[in-house]
Amino acid sequence: MSALAHVGGGTPGAPDDGPPQERGGRSWAPYLLLIPGTIWLLVFFVFPLLQLFTVSLQSGFPGFPGYYYRDVNFGNYLDAITEFAPHFGRSLLYAGLATFFAFVLAYPLAYAMAFKAGKWRNVMMICVIAPFFTSFILRTIAWRQILADNGPVAETLKFLHLLPGGRITETWVAVVAGLTYNFLPFMVLPIYASLERADPKVIEAGGDLYANGLTTFRKVTLPMSLPGVIAGTLLTFIPAAGDYVNAELLGSDRSTKMVGNVIESQFFRVLGGFPTAAALSFTLMAIILAMVFVYIRKFGTEELL
Amino acid sequence: MKPLRPPADPVARGLVRAAMSSTRDRSFSRRGLLGASLMGGAAAALSACAPPTPPAAGAVAVQLPTDVSATDKVLKWANWTAYLDYDEDTKKYPTLEAFIKKTGIQVTYSEDVDDNDSYFNKIAPQLRAKQDIDRDIFVFTDWMANRVIRDGLVQPLELIRMPHAANLLDSLKDVSFDPGRQKSLTWQSGFAGIGYDKSKVGRELKSLDDLWQDDLKGKIVVLSEFRDTLGLVMLQQGVDISKGFGKAQFEAAVAEIDKRISDGYIRRVKGNSYLEDLKSGNAIAGIVWSGDLFVLRAETENDNWQFVIPESGGTLWSDNMMIPITSRHRKSAMALMDYYYQPEVAAQVAAYVNYVCPVEGAQAEMEKIDPELAKSPFIFPSESYIKDNNVKGFRALSPQEDADYSSIWAKVVGN
Repeated sequence: MSALAHVGGGTPGAPDDGPPQERGGRSWAPYLLLIPGTIWLLVFFVFPLLQLFTVSLQSGFPGFPGYYYRDVNFGNYLDAITEFAPHFGRSLLYAGLATFFAFVLAYPLAYAMAFKAGKWRNVMMICVIAPFFTSFILRTIAWRQILADNGPVAETLKFLHLLPGGRITETWVAVVAGLTYNFLPFMVLPIYASLERADPKVIEAGGDLYANGLTTFRKVTLPMSLPGVIAGTLLTFIPAAGDYVNAELLGSDRSTKMVGNVIESQFFRVLGGFPTAAALSFTLMAIILAMVFVYIRKFGTEELL
Repeated sequence: MKPLRPPADPVARGLVRAAMSSTRDRSFSRRGLLGASLMGGAAAALSACAPPTPPAAGAVAVQLPTDVSATDKVLKWANWTAYLDYDEDTKKYPTLEAFIKKTGIQVTYSEDVDDNDSYFNKIAPQLRAKQDIDRDIFVFTDWMANRVIRDGLVQPLELIRMPHAANLLDSLKDVSFDPGRQKSLTWQSGFAGIGYDKSKVGRELKSLDDLWQDDLKGKIVVLSEFRDTLGLVMLQQGVDISKGFGKAQFEAAVAEIDKRISDGYIRRVKGNSYLEDLKSGNAIAGIVWSGDLFVLRAETENDNWQFVIPESGGTLWSDNMMIPITSRHRKSAMALMDYYYQPEVAAQVAAYVNYVCPVEGAQAEMEKIDPELAKSPFIFPSESYIKDNNVKGFRALSPQEDADYSSIWAKVVGN
């Protein structure tokens, strides 16, 4: 707070300090404008990250579980990764599935909103955004009720003999469905934004040049919406991979737990689990970062870099 | 990061190149300086956040914070949900209002504690570093009280200032984690046992073996509080959970629950949210807490909900009020604890929360409020009731056991 106040107070006075500089003052402006953002990032991103990193290397105080001392214990990483490898696998798998399903659902929806909705466009937009007015946790709890054994969905599926296990909640299907549902708007909005910006005349031109509908879509529409698709998949995959609410509320005890659940449990429930939780967080971050990097390198457009 | 690709247009390319080289060269050292000073600050801040050191071994005189109760008449109390009598109409806590009126101490009551582990881990780093957590009373279950007291994170009580504290039931006076109740005072107690919907199960459940039957497969929830779930299993396996068992007995109980999860009998291991599963029909039986089932009965207006203590025995736990080591309102906090140990006040609370009342004489006061409740063994269990039903408290664990067991249990539930 005091740092910000200092910057705020310093700026107007700057031109009066010392003799006027020739042309040099101009180059200060962008950096002065960067200061609030930089401070924000340092205080709320870099500092916690460093703190988390030091925690991930701490060792337990012998004889005093729950207390730690400064250390450079990379063994924490090795233990965390070997012990919880299945959870990492599940996180990436479920997040990948959720991203895929969200894309399949979102693209036609965004396309319809951008080109076909007409006067219904705003209504559709509100329908996509409206769920945000309720807390994400409450909505997930609501899904528990909707998918409950005696609820309408499970009863219908049972009637149609489509539910061999007799239940939907406490299965991986429910977890992936929950992730898909919760992150769908993050997929719809960027795709819609990039499609909406596209010039319909360009698509028309595809037809004029004797391309059929599919070819026009493949060669014209899809490439134009690619930045939106990339942004949407990232906005869905990254939070989904770190999510633990869906697995906690809709999943079961062993077969569907994700990395986020382990981090929560190591941090809050296991006495002496702080370094493991921090190491897991860092590993997850590194894995996602590496995957995103490869993904953008392969498919990314210049607009993203 | 990939550098920007220069534009194809030669004029634009020239402009971009010029702009980039000028800004880069001229400002490099300034930015470096700014960065270095900020990083230096961050490093200093980091070193200030060194992990707290464990308490010194043996009895060391603890420096208590200066008490300002006399001048600063406020008190902040962190408790569990639905754990104090509440008046829907006035949106106030009647017994607490009476205390405020009587003493002039402005009490802020907050339902902060939703789970022992998560609340403790939230405040623990601050408490251990002796930084004020802005609470003057918190309430933890026995085993967590054990940990908090062991780590020296609470202040001693001055029982001489608390005449009514003598009303504490004899059975609760000498607990293993706080002999003589020097640092904690019971708020409420409760049982863990079997809860089920009689009409849906269609038979009586008397023991844990009655639970593990094929007609209940996938319809059972058990508590994530391992001292209750494993406690019941250990009792069934003939272990006295109140003293002297070791890791072998603990692991035998773990194996049992592990098997029941693998075989699909247990649907979920859950915290207090198991009530939702009972309401929605996802589960119709399970290992539950006594008070909850009475709340469920009232809420769903369904008297088929039964709570039974298994034939092999049940667990009895207590939640304890304590004063965090950082509180500066120790005397006000003790006045409040003392107030709730007056039988007539305790009876009012018990009539609302339906948990076991720890105050001697409250039963007689309850006669005046609701004679029916005064007879309930789940609020006023007699000594013979406890003994006949083999109700035990889970023994205090050593720090190492605490860490080992919590990590074993985390594996059972899949994380």
